[in-house]
Amino acid sequence: MSDIMLKTEDLGISFGGLKAVQGLNLEIKKQQLYGLVGPNGAGKTTVFNMLTGVYLPTTGTFFLDGEELKGKTQEQINQKGIARTFQNIRLFNNMSVVRNVMVGLHNQPEFKCNPFVSMLRLPAHFDSEIRMREKAKEILRVFGLEEERNNLSCNLPYGKQRKLEIARALATNPKLLLLDEPAAGMNPNETKELVDIVKFIRDEFDLTILLIEHDMKFVSGLCDEITVLNFGTVLAQGETKTALNDPEVIKAYIGG
Amino acid sequence: MSILLDGLSLGAVYALIALGYTMVYGIAKMLNFAHGDVIMVGAYAIYSTLMLNTNPFIAIAVSIVVCTVTGIVIEKFAYKPLRGASPLAVLITAIGVSNLLQGIAQLIFGSTSRSFIIANFGTVKIFGSEISVGTILTLIVGAIIMVSLTLFVKKTRTGRAMLAVSEDSGAARLMGVNVDRIIMTTFAIGSALAAFASLFYIIRIPSTTPTLGAMPGIKAFTAAVIGGIGSIPGAMLGGILLGVIEQICKNNPHVEAYTTAIEFCLLIIILLVKPVGLLGKRRREKV
Amino acid sequence: MSYLGNLKKTFKLKYCVNYIGIAAFLILMIILSSTGMLSRSFINLLPKIAYSIILAVSLNLVVGFLGELSLGHAGFMCVGAYLGCYLSLFLNTYIENTFVCFLVSMLAGGVFAAIFGFIIGLPALRLKGDYLAIVTLAFGEIVRNVFKNLPMFGGAMGLKTDSIKIKSSTLYIVSFILVLAVLFLIQNLIRSKHGRAITAIRDNEIAAKAMGVNVTFYKLFVFVIAAFFAGVAGVIYGHYYTPIIYTTFDYNYSIEILVMVVIGGIGSISGSIIAAALITYINFVLQNNLSGDLAAVRLLVYAVILIVVVIFNNAPALKPIKEKINVKAFSNKIFKKKASTITDDDVAWNRIESKINMDELLSVDVKPTDNTPDKPTKEDK
Repeated sequence: MSDIMLKTEDLGISFGGLKAVQGLNLEIKKQQLYGLVGPNGAGKTTVFNMLTGVYLPTTGTFFLDGEELKGKTQEQINQKGIARTFQNIRLFNNMSVVRNVMVGLHNQPEFKCNPFVSMLRLPAHFDSEIRMREKAKEILRVFGLEEERNNLSCNLPYGKQRKLEIARALATNPKLLLLDEPAAGMNPNETKELVDIVKFIRDEFDLTILLIEHDMKFVSGLCDEITVLNFGTVLAQGETKTALNDPEVIKAYIGG
Repeated sequence: MSILLDGLSLGAVYALIALGYTMVYGIAKMLNFAHGDVIMVGAYAIYSTLMLNTNPFIAIAVSIVVCTVTGIVIEKFAYKPLRGASPLAVLITAIGVSNLLQGIAQLIFGSTSRSFIIANFGTVKIFGSEISVGTILTLIVGAIIMVSLTLFVKKTRTGRAMLAVSEDSGAARLMGVNVDRIIMTTFAIGSALAAFASLFYIIRIPSTTPTLGAMPGIKAFTAAVIGGIGSIPGAMLGGILLGVIEQICKNNPHVEAYTTAIEFCLLIIILLVKPVGLLGKRRREKV
Repeated sequence: MSYLGNLKKTFKLKYCVNYIGIAAFLILMIILSSTGMLSRSFINLLPKIAYSIILAVSLNLVVGFLGELSLGHAGFMCVGAYLGCYLSLFLNTYIENTFVCFLVSMLAGGVFAAIFGFIIGLPALRLKGDYLAIVTLAFGEIVRNVFKNLPMFGGAMGLKTDSIKIKSSTLYIVSFILVLAVLFLIQNLIRSKHGRAITAIRDNEIAAKAMGVNVTFYKLFVFVIAAFFAGVAGVIYGHYYTPIIYTTFDYNYSIEILVMVVIGGIGSISGSIIAAALITYINFVLQNNLSGDLAAVRLLVYAVILIVVVIFNNAPALKPIKEKINVKAFSNKIFKKKASTITDDDVAWNRIESKINMDELLSVDVKPTDNTPDKPTKEDK
């Protein structure tokens, strides 16, 4: 086994004539915190959408832990071990916090339960249901959301909603976690806390994390390596400090 | 040949009704289930005026006025309070309005069908087949209406405002378009078209019942969806397609009984192949 | 942990309100009818109430919990009624006991309807909102049209079911027991991980997919289950009323079922039960008291009630007024409860306001296989 978790080869997509992303080559090592940065419209979220199966890449392919996942559906990709959060929060708003996480646990093999078993309330149903709830509480504890587990998720403050989304993604037991602007809309304290949480879950759950972020402080405090995108092409790649000081990158951000 | 022409004229009727559905849908984003019953109102309006006055033109004019007013009143009292509410609620209200119109008609005119004749049209011979003048009239007037509607939407200020509202009503409001008035205008135009549709419909079948509008309403709605709901040329295309197919089926003794089933199967197949209808615009979901 | 222990641990009295309510109603009816206090016409009404409840609850599964609009529920009922009762008539030539025939054909009718549910569930995978609504409506009309023209089902005269008709005085007891069974199955489904997955699809399909929920399976599953129960309701109808005639199952009937669901509160099972019973009863009263052309008044009253209830419940302008007279908020104030906090999430589970967004309904799913949109997208920001 190599120590590469995610590998993309010449990954690209075009919408009509517009090349949204092209020639993306990433190699993310296991347990690495990898950043994907770039100005608005650079194609960062599109990369996430390709990696999670929302879009089919027009060129290239990608491998998770050596297994090619291109062309699989979103559900399959999730089961193979890629989970994500969304830039504009997508929680199940009419469900309580704990149930949101339990949806994330839905596909875990240890909680398998036939619908008809549930409809007839056979013992297996209770068994999986109770264990699921315990597990969900455990995950929520990590994020400090255990106290609010019975609130409706739409009633949570913004920062906690972001955390809940990460918790829910974590519940699917991923190998690779994609975080789409996790610190957006958080105050400095929350951001600091989030940095600790991200580091903690990486160690605790043995995760590889790829994140999109605008907050340069956040990125440089967290990521080992980054890739800078602009207009769908790679501007710079490598260690965080070096890549951020690349003249091309500075030009793209400050405008030259 | 006569089947085809007959189908085209039935198609024109469907297209006129479908235009009402499609315009209201495009602009107010709601299914006006009561639209079919506006046709029924129009038919009774013609019937009542013919009872008093024998001039069919006055009857037609009265019918147009009555339908337009009905459309505006429905919009004002049933749909306007629900603007911004869940579409399901609006749909249910529309169904309620449909029942209400049918109930009122039944209360006034009774549930038995009333037969009457607007005018006696003869038949003419075209390419060796007998064709009723009514059919040809329907075709010509229908075509004129559709062309002028297209021009209206494309060329006039109000028409462009309509397009703007259908794209993004919020943005249109910010640009100074009076959205409420545009929606009302749309209902008025749609209902006026329904009046014409009712005229042509009773030229084909010269009698009226309180449930007259139900079936053509559903068929026209189907036509609107086939063409791509929200699209004006789509409604015309869908209507004419459906009309022609209906006439062809009806004149074939093997499948005659299954006409309705065939038409609706066509709808399902088209939607499965093109989920937004023939000329509909697809919208993408943002992830 | 033992089964009973688990049962005890997850047991809550409010889960059983519906069962207790239905059972109490049934017992009350049995007592009243044995003392002869119920009129015959009222007893005649009871099976109708029972199958209306089954229809409304099963439709609520589709509309309230899966969040898809279906206007063809009567179509499934039609399939169940025709095919189930045809089988029942056939069995009746061998087995004397109509009751046995009823139970067997009920399962069969349900299965037949479920097959159609599967077929109509397929477009549901591609279509959304109004488009799906029109397809389900079309399905109902197709079914009606086909049964009307099949001579083996009596054609336009309808399928005569006199020989298997069960007396209302016994049928209503069986039907209400069936209602209990249906409620048991559907509520259990909703209060399980599968129910959670279904509601997740409604709340946010994209997120549900990203969480690995098998959207295809659950959509089909819900349509199949709902159709199965509608088919069961159809078989009850066939043993209650003769002849089974295609005109009964027109789209107006589908809409009537939808009205029950909407008036009862989308996503509320108890609401569906109460609304189904009330609407059926109101219809019965109006029908009995108004005949001939006055039947139009029934239509009018019904329509006005519908419009007023929906506008009152949904009009944005009326919200402040409603909040003033909101009993729940009032009691929250008295007991100093925070409005946003619910002590137990299962309360919210029972009653979920559906916020179906038109834009979300309209958007066509982006399939992984197709990435050639009409225009360059502004997907990222």
